[in-house]
Amino acid sequence: METLWFVLVAFMLTAYVVLDGFDLGVGVILPLVGRTEGERQQVLRSIGPVWDGNEVWLIAAGGALYFAFPLLYASSFSGFYLPLMIVLWLLMLRGVGLELRSHVDDELWRSFFAFIFTASSLLLAVFFGAAIGNVVRGVPLDPDGYFFEALWTDFRVGPHPGILDWYTVLTGLLALVTLTVHGANWVALKTVGKVRERARRITGKSWWALLLLTVLSLVATLYIRPQVLDNFKRHVWGWAIPLMVVCALAGVQYFRARGRDLALFLSSTLYIIAMLGGAAFAQYPRLLTASTNPAHSLTIYNARTGAYSLSVGLVWWLAGIALAIAYFVFLYSFFRGKVGVEEQEGH
Amino acid sequence: MRLMDDALVIHRLHFAFTITYHYLFPQLTMGLAPLILVFKTLAIRKGDERYERAARFWAKIFGINFLFGVITGIPMEFQFGTNWARFAHYSGGVIATALAMEGVFAFFLESSFLGLFLYGEKRLGQRWHWVAAFMIFLGSWLSGYFIIVTDAWMQHPVGFEIAPDGTAHLTSFWALLSNPWAFWQYLHNMSGALITGSFVMAAVGAFYLLSGRQAEAGRLFLRVGVLAGALASIFQLFPSGDRQGQLVAAHQPVTLAAMECLFNSEAGAPIVLVGQPNMEEQKLDNPIYVPRALSFLTYRRWEAEVRGLNDFPREQWPDNIPLLYYCYHIMVGLGTIFIAIMCGAVYLLWRRRLFTARWMLWILMLSFPFPYIANTAGWMTAELGRQPWLVYGLMRTSEGYSPTVSSGNGLFTLIGFMGMYMVLGILFLLMIRREIEHGPGLLSGEGERERPAAKYAS
Repeated sequence: METLWFVLVAFMLTAYVVLDGFDLGVGVILPLVGRTEGERQQVLRSIGPVWDGNEVWLIAAGGALYFAFPLLYASSFSGFYLPLMIVLWLLMLRGVGLELRSHVDDELWRSFFAFIFTASSLLLAVFFGAAIGNVVRGVPLDPDGYFFEALWTDFRVGPHPGILDWYTVLTGLLALVTLTVHGANWVALKTVGKVRERARRITGKSWWALLLLTVLSLVATLYIRPQVLDNFKRHVWGWAIPLMVVCALAGVQYFRARGRDLALFLSSTLYIIAMLGGAAFAQYPRLLTASTNPAHSLTIYNARTGAYSLSVGLVWWLAGIALAIAYFVFLYSFFRGKVGVEEQEGH
Repeated sequence: MRLMDDALVIHRLHFAFTITYHYLFPQLTMGLAPLILVFKTLAIRKGDERYERAARFWAKIFGINFLFGVITGIPMEFQFGTNWARFAHYSGGVIATALAMEGVFAFFLESSFLGLFLYGEKRLGQRWHWVAAFMIFLGSWLSGYFIIVTDAWMQHPVGFEIAPDGTAHLTSFWALLSNPWAFWQYLHNMSGALITGSFVMAAVGAFYLLSGRQAEAGRLFLRVGVLAGALASIFQLFPSGDRQGQLVAAHQPVTLAAMECLFNSEAGAPIVLVGQPNMEEQKLDNPIYVPRALSFLTYRRWEAEVRGLNDFPREQWPDNIPLLYYCYHIMVGLGTIFIAIMCGAVYLLWRRRLFTARWMLWILMLSFPFPYIANTAGWMTAELGRQPWLVYGLMRTSEGYSPTVSSGNGLFTLIGFMGMYMVLGILFLLMIRREIEHGPGLLSGEGERERPAAKYAS
């Protein structure tokens, strides 16, 4: 049962990164793809009706994580106190930047909020990547399962690291480039004309950085945490995951060249799923690795909630998530197709 | 009072500040959602364009308000873990069920349909647009229920056992969701939200009439706002507030004594209208009271004995009795005034004098901040009254905060939130002012002035 919940929580977090990932990426590339006000509006309209729903996956995933593994939630949220608060502030700024931008027809107002939107999107991408880096690298857990990390110490990967060290900065950059590509693919999928061309050029250029950072972070991970290979040795089928990463990377380049926008977007989606799936696969059954004493690590067994809750939870969770998926299918199919330059409705 | 470098104080202020600020938005969201649905329904049933425009205008206000509610709400879900980790671990086996259910059942519903509601009216068609409005209403009210269930468990824990590791584990899903405390608290809270929604609607209507523009819209808003406001204000006192009070008397008698600042047990205890608690001399200064009313309201007998604070050990007393007392009395006092205002307005409406009774329009226009104050005071009564417990009778507040987050780090982020929320508040007022200034547009051919430069109450 706890294994199932590990998979479900990982699924929700992955869904969050795939969905909110593209609108974060759109935020990052907004100044690059949208040169005129009309173009920028075109880009923003492509995420307007959906970004809020995408962000809910973060809240829902946080809720599911708290539900299934209360100790993990208590420990990691208080241990990652400062970066989480910064992430909260960035999420606020980003929501305000995106939504209020279109409310006032004034150039200064618009360029200011566009800047807020882009800057917060960019920093969020880096912080989310660094967060994954911290989980993979491990944190200084005490015997009670608690820890506290400063934002940075000496940038080295030791038993008492900061949130930011060379490894997590690397994963942060990887996340930034990943979401840039993902966001550009979304823009390519949803727009026409010049904007689409620019988005595809961004994907083309960023692809090399993505390839380089993927290889670098893989090497770095094997260097600081050789244990990540354990599960791959135990279960040979796990090697399908890196294979998927390679296919996805190749897919991005292949479909971009052929102008197949949907397949291109699905390729970067597959890349995110495979990378996060691989991280989850390597972590299992650990949730948070102790950099101090391996015995202090939080696992799905010592952090889980009561067995009754978990089985009842399965019933309501399945019902709830089926509804949520139904809304999303409806929402996305309702707003499917390219965003025209004209048609304006709502605010 | 402890010093400001005490981690407990910082974490309490942190939560109190962010939750109080946050709740300014959801109360309007939850209060407006059913009223917008009323306009949508009227528009479809009567085929009248005016209701359509009214719904569209309030949907804009709702959208802005909803955005700020979402933005300030995200930190709430995080703060159990960031600032109250020991509490989160202790009670996660129970309350995380309610919080996670809020995520999958309410948040997805609200956010998906809000996008459709705001961006898709033309393509959806009127019936489906009504469905979208209904789903938003449902989502926001469901969301409220899960939060109330969480709080009700902290007030009156049910359906759990203490596991060998010392944390609370759920033993009955239905007991958690049907906590009798949650039922009345929910009704009380939702009619409180409806009071905010209807006062805001009536205030905008009164403003339009007084400033002599958008008159037809103003009359419509007044009609709906005043009627809904009167119903909600009465329901707030009886039965919901009355029942809530009886639950407190039954399960938290020391809280009841502190709310009334009743130091010594008394048969035929009076209810205090005004007065200042004097903790040093254990009495109430300058009291004005209704004799024996507290006994009657609590036990339905004029001579019933109500237990005073001195009947309980000191370590069970709420730790800030004067503030609790004031919050409770502000809530009740304002609630009573709301009934008077709204019933008076309904009477004028019935006599067809409301739209010309400028004195009443002034009162309605200026009174919209008070439901916010009353709702805030009500929540403070509930949460201060729960002290010194975090989970009533099980875990003290002093045992619940994060062990590894220092007061310095807590203060840093508290200051950060204060700065951020000040900016958000300014932006919110700016946005709402623009929408009100713009208004729902001319509703009919009558000659109304176009956008005169006027001063605004908000």
